[in-house]
Amino acid sequence: MFLINCPYCGERDQQEFKAGGEAHIERPKQPTELSDDEWAEYLFMRKNIKGVQFERWNHAHGCRKWFNMVRDTSNDEIKAIYKMGEKPPAQ
Amino acid sequence: MRNKYSVFSLIKNALSYHENWQRAWKDPTPKKEYDAVIVGGGGHGLATAYYLAKKHNMNNIAVVEKGWIGGGNTGRNTTIIRSNYLWDASAGLYDHALKIWEGLSQELNYNVMFSQRGVMNLAHNLQDVRDLKRRTHANRLNGIDAVYLSTEEVKKFCPIINTSPDIRYPVLGGTLQRRAGTARHDAVAWGYARGADAMGVDIIQNCEVKGIKRNGDSVEGIETTKGFIKTKKVGVVAAGHSSVIANMAGLRLPLESKPLQALVSEPVKPIIDTVVMSNAVHAYVSQSDKGELVIGAGTDDYVSYTQKGSHQIVEGTLNAILELYPIFSRMRMLRQWGGIVDICPDASPILSKTSIKGLYFNCGWGTGGFKATPGSGDLFAHTIANDEPHKLNAAFNLNRFVSGDLVDEHGAAAVAH
Repeated sequence: MFLINCPYCGERDQQEFKAGGEAHIERPKQPTELSDDEWAEYLFMRKNIKGVQFERWNHAHGCRKWFNMVRDTSNDEIKAIYKMGEKPPAQ
Repeated sequence: MRNKYSVFSLIKNALSYHENWQRAWKDPTPKKEYDAVIVGGGGHGLATAYYLAKKHNMNNIAVVEKGWIGGGNTGRNTTIIRSNYLWDASAGLYDHALKIWEGLSQELNYNVMFSQRGVMNLAHNLQDVRDLKRRTHANRLNGIDAVYLSTEEVKKFCPIINTSPDIRYPVLGGTLQRRAGTARHDAVAWGYARGADAMGVDIIQNCEVKGIKRNGDSVEGIETTKGFIKTKKVGVVAAGHSSVIANMAGLRLPLESKPLQALVSEPVKPIIDTVVMSNAVHAYVSQSDKGELVIGAGTDDYVSYTQKGSHQIVEGTLNAILELYPIFSRMRMLRQWGGIVDICPDASPILSKTSIKGLYFNCGWGTGGFKATPGSGDLFAHTIANDEPHKLNAAFNLNRFVSGDLVDEHGAAAVAH
């Protein structure tokens, strides 16, 4: 359990938020051209990093907006938060 | 030579004040090379080593464990054992394990305290009733014992459950698997370790894997904190840390690692002689031999390796427990902890070869791996020894995420994941 600084609402309890998994997984531009292997990679395979990971979160019980987070999964320390569409900070 | 545990050895050792018991397993330094190395000294990893030595005559093998054996999820789960899964592939896998459990203490000469006290799953709404009835039928078609219980039968089987129709989520019925139950989790790890060690397996604790050495598409060995170990076969059984090991080999797995919590109460006299699970309100409870209520909570929804977990998850579980069991309202909780579970998108495990020759993964057991420990070890040993899966774990290959032939136990298994 930790506090999350929503870029729209400010600091709130983590239980107001919903984790949306790994960030920056690009949606296939030509879905009809994709092989089964590429579909598996897009749909199922995850980095699942122990350490600094880029994630999507949703302020589900607040403004309901999506944003990105850089978090260390080994200690739940939040390194950075940035809005959708913004460039991820260099790590 | 390993001394056999018996009433006579107990008496003999009592005469020397229990100070001269033989070590249950050695503390070897790693050899330069093994025929196979198992990464992860939990129940599944130790069972794999045990069956590799016992059934496949692979005695020149090692288990490497970064901490101490059984200190990960083996020591952190709520010890529930059952096989009432919906799909045929899962039923085959989990019932294979349950059948081994039934003779395990005798086989290992180690009391794993397997107690077939029954597992009851509750239904709280009409959809639950339909799902549980469907699962009962599916189980019986697969030769797995299952009965559907009415509300009155639930009350009769476990009288402390509040079956009043005016609670928030009333009990409309339930299922019962009588062969299901619990076992002593540490004993499972220790029993397999002792058995494997007796057949020559090296169990190397405090030895963390730092890298996997590849030569093109095949495995050459592993880098560890105790030096390089040469081997052509590596079986990874690292639970929540499977992705970490996979990344070392340049592989990606369809896993997310999340904290799952459990807690126990202060010990009390016997009050609940079975295991009761309710996935709709997320309340799992049984009682340990020490008298503690053993309660399983849910997972957090974010990836984390912290072995902690959020407070509201425990609070939600306890709310549900109190609604179902008003008698527990003044119980105090003694301990709470978390373990990191590796969850697959279809909530089924992976026991599989990989694209790298000699590298095998046994992972993705998610929130319910303990029950499968003996079966998982047996089938994974078969897969490693023959470089081919056994027919019981063929469906649980890594390629199912490419072919789409998933074993979708999300919501179909008897629990919420």
